[in-house]
Amino acid sequence: MNFLLLLDLFWSFFKVGLFSFGGGYAMIPLMEAELITRHGWLTAKEFIDIIAIAETTPGPISINAATYVGFRLAGITGSATATIGVVSPSLFILLALGTFLLKTIKMKDPRVESIIRGLRPAVIILILLAAFSLGKTGLVDGTTFAIAAALFLGSVLFKVNPFYLLAAGAVLGLILFPYY
Amino acid sequence: MAGGIAEKENGAPAGSVSLPVILFTFLKIGAFTFGGGYVILPIIQREIIHRLAWLEMEDFMDILIITQSLPGPLALNCSIIVGQRLRGTAGGLVAALGIVLPSFLIILLLAAFLLPVVWDNKYVQAAFYGLRPAVAALVSAVALNLGRRFVQDRLSLGLLALLLGAALAFRLHPVFILVLGAFLGLLFCRKNE
Repeated sequence: MNFLLLLDLFWSFFKVGLFSFGGGYAMIPLMEAELITRHGWLTAKEFIDIIAIAETTPGPISINAATYVGFRLAGITGSATATIGVVSPSLFILLALGTFLLKTIKMKDPRVESIIRGLRPAVIILILLAAFSLGKTGLVDGTTFAIAAALFLGSVLFKVNPFYLLAAGAVLGLILFPYY
Repeated sequence: MAGGIAEKENGAPAGSVSLPVILFTFLKIGAFTFGGGYVILPIIQREIIHRLAWLEMEDFMDILIITQSLPGPLALNCSIIVGQRLRGTAGGLVAALGIVLPSFLIILLLAAFLLPVVWDNKYVQAAFYGLRPAVAALVSAVALNLGRRFVQDRLSLGLLALLLGAALAFRLHPVFILVLGAFLGLLFCRKNE
């Protein structure tokens, strides 16, 4: 077993866990930077497939992605290493610094609120960037463009649960796939 | 509001819920919740507050605020805090294990046994052909919804435009975009009261 690879895996996913604010989607650009650009562990297409799998199986996206990427690179050991990497920052922050942090946040320190108000637009930008790069990978022809447009409208107008939205995508793909 | 720090006797008294019960509860939540934090949090709320009455609603709202201002997956953070309230550090670890284990095992089974066998199948390829634009649509919709919810004043809109411009012009690393956002927030966002 390649120890350095495991260390790399742990560290990459530790960073993903440490810098993921505002839910799973905001850390997509960071995962792209780490997994595709920096290490070349995945292609853009594999990455979007992993997100699709993560969103249609139970559990947070980053944890699903860690398990999957870890397995692809180093089997079960890799999968456990990457998963422990992504959950470690939360465990450390909440269990080690917990009481102190919780009190600081509960005191409604105006600085904490200012930081959060600045982080929100940053999180939205990250999700926009994620949407843009996923669109580049997923929208390959007129059909996929139409699927995306229809589901986007459906999602914005009716607030569909992500699971059903993706299920609709899969069904549309099965019906409209041009390469049978 | 700062008066809320005083500890109150709320929900289940600390130590009254056993570790196996915590583990089992979060295993169940982890196994049956599809999608990310915004789907899981309401289910944690239903189980922990309404069904098991481990916490009071007010406590849970505090936990949500804390969860959303710290890094890490929302569902994981929320579970760790609830576990910790009930049974200290061991409770937090057990809750984390419970919420992570089901998705870990499911992805492992998929990656090890199912996907290698079915991947080249044309129907699987067709499904993913439709799943990819669906993922792009989903993430775009999330960006739009969050924007509509949080960017309502001029200051936030200004920050958004500034950060977008900077991100595109200098191809900023995602971590740097977050750091810049936090810094600008500290610089410009004063409490409006």
